[in-house]
Amino acid sequence: MTDAPLLDVRLISKSFRGLRAVSQVSLAVRPGEIVGLIGPNGAGKTTTFNMIAGVFPPDEGEIRFDGADITGLRADQVCHAGIGRTFQLVKPFYGLSVEDNVLIGALRATRDVDAARAAAVDLLDRFGLADRRHQAAGALTLPDRKRLEVARAMATRPRLLLLDEVMAGLRPGETDEMVQVFQTLNRETGLTILMIEHVMRAVMALSQHIVVLNYGERIAEGEPEQVVRDPKVLESYLGEEAV
Amino acid sequence: MRGVGAVLRGAPRAATGLAVLGAALLVAPLLVDDYLLSVILITLYFAFVGQAWNLMMGYAGQLSLGHALYVGLGGYAAAAFFVHFGLTPWAGMVIGILVAAAFAAGIGLLAFRFGIGGVYFALLTIAVAEFTRILFEHFEWVGATGGFFLPVENREINDLLMLRGSPAMFYYVILAMTVGLFLANVALIRSRMGYYWMAIREDQDAAQALGINTFRYKMMAVVLSASLTALGGVFLAFYNNNLFPIDAFGIHRSIEIILAPIIGGLGTLFGPILGAFILTPLGEVLTWALDQLGVQMAGVKHLFYGLVLLVIIRSLPGGVWPWFARRLGIEGPEARP
Repeated sequence: MTDAPLLDVRLISKSFRGLRAVSQVSLAVRPGEIVGLIGPNGAGKTTTFNMIAGVFPPDEGEIRFDGADITGLRADQVCHAGIGRTFQLVKPFYGLSVEDNVLIGALRATRDVDAARAAAVDLLDRFGLADRRHQAAGALTLPDRKRLEVARAMATRPRLLLLDEVMAGLRPGETDEMVQVFQTLNRETGLTILMIEHVMRAVMALSQHIVVLNYGERIAEGEPEQVVRDPKVLESYLGEEAV
Repeated sequence: MRGVGAVLRGAPRAATGLAVLGAALLVAPLLVDDYLLSVILITLYFAFVGQAWNLMMGYAGQLSLGHALYVGLGGYAAAAFFVHFGLTPWAGMVIGILVAAAFAAGIGLLAFRFGIGGVYFALLTIAVAEFTRILFEHFEWVGATGGFFLPVENREINDLLMLRGSPAMFYYVILAMTVGLFLANVALIRSRMGYYWMAIREDQDAAQALGINTFRYKMMAVVLSASLTALGGVFLAFYNNNLFPIDAFGIHRSIEIILAPIIGGLGTLFGPILGAFILTPLGEVLTWALDQLGVQMAGVKHLFYGLVLLVIIRSLPGGVWPWFARRLGIEGPEARP
């Protein structure tokens, strides 16, 4: 593990109609690391994600990936740079088969449809969807759609995977399965992960480092055990519960 | 689902049906009279332009309600260069395609760069077609409102180079075009571009997140669809021997083009062909029946098409082909509504 971060976000900000959604947030993810991005609803987590993923550019600040400036690149260019993402509200290609969904992701790395199909079949096997690969994606249950979302993002062969609440809506047993898949991927392929997550069971199990946002600002960061005892973090979460 | 061959091996009834249909189409000019041949010919023409439109709407999810624009541009370009300079339509068609492609690229650039999507994109396609119709109504070089005519020569001599000759010759030309486009589509839809189009149709944000340059692939769909439609327009102009702005670019022509693929099944390979074979003969039967009854009513055919569309959409929302494919034992995307 080198010290140079794979993803280096420096002081990015974003306003929507004068409302400051993200304010001078910095975070770094080192190669092979799993970082959790947590915070109450409306803290600016997904906005931060969208700036990294190229959905919209930050108003200010800089995003570097593997040493290169990727600030303001389009989503497809960010994907080609090596960053894969999932969506909070999953976006499967409903009318296409499960296999074709993943195949389309795999076409990022190859023009050859047969090779992409082979890669898709391998991934579906890994995510426990092999027996459902000929079904239409729209016919899947929510947990399966979440798996499909991750499998499809993995098919683009990312070096950094951005996960936006993939555990939401999963039962504890399903969450543990998903956690295991990521642990395996991280261990075997050195996949680096930045994840937004509300399910603390998953955050604590996976993250080596946690960044906490509240009202668009970074209020804490550090090792998981430290962060969850931080008074500012407790206050922001308790404050939410009190509402 | 590696191609037609694999699909058909799994469905012997479909394979037999296709073989019989193919044989029947090949010998049709020997068996049927001129009128019936002209009906099959026009059916094949609608199958051709329906396939071209289906690439853009059925696969890439971009709704064009102004496709007559490309039929007209292709037809006028090839006809004008033929009449004024004696240029063979095989070269004229390249000009027609280039003009149509340029218009399509203009529409695409305007729409996709400035985020005009969905219904507004469809409105833009209508607007450009209507604008072009008005332009051509004042375009003296090609006859303006008075119409533009190709010289009708001896129909007994088949001159394939100049596309002058018998109905049978035109029949084989459009048959080759329609079958050729079908085979090209099979390959195209199973290529990376085909998958990327379907991804864009299903969810543009997700497609982009998977590394797809959505602007580029939408532009390719629009330009390719327009170019192919222009090719159909060249054929139609040389078959009809006349061009009028209202009949070339009018919205009723655009609607006619899209009915067959909708009825047959959007985003399927056989849908536009099946749709054309259902709709065009039905329209002819209706015209014949009304003639027999001595009824003269303008627009009754379009009213009838509207009714057919309504019934099909209510009973088979995915179109006739997916339903038919399931009955034939074909599985996979072609049978998915």
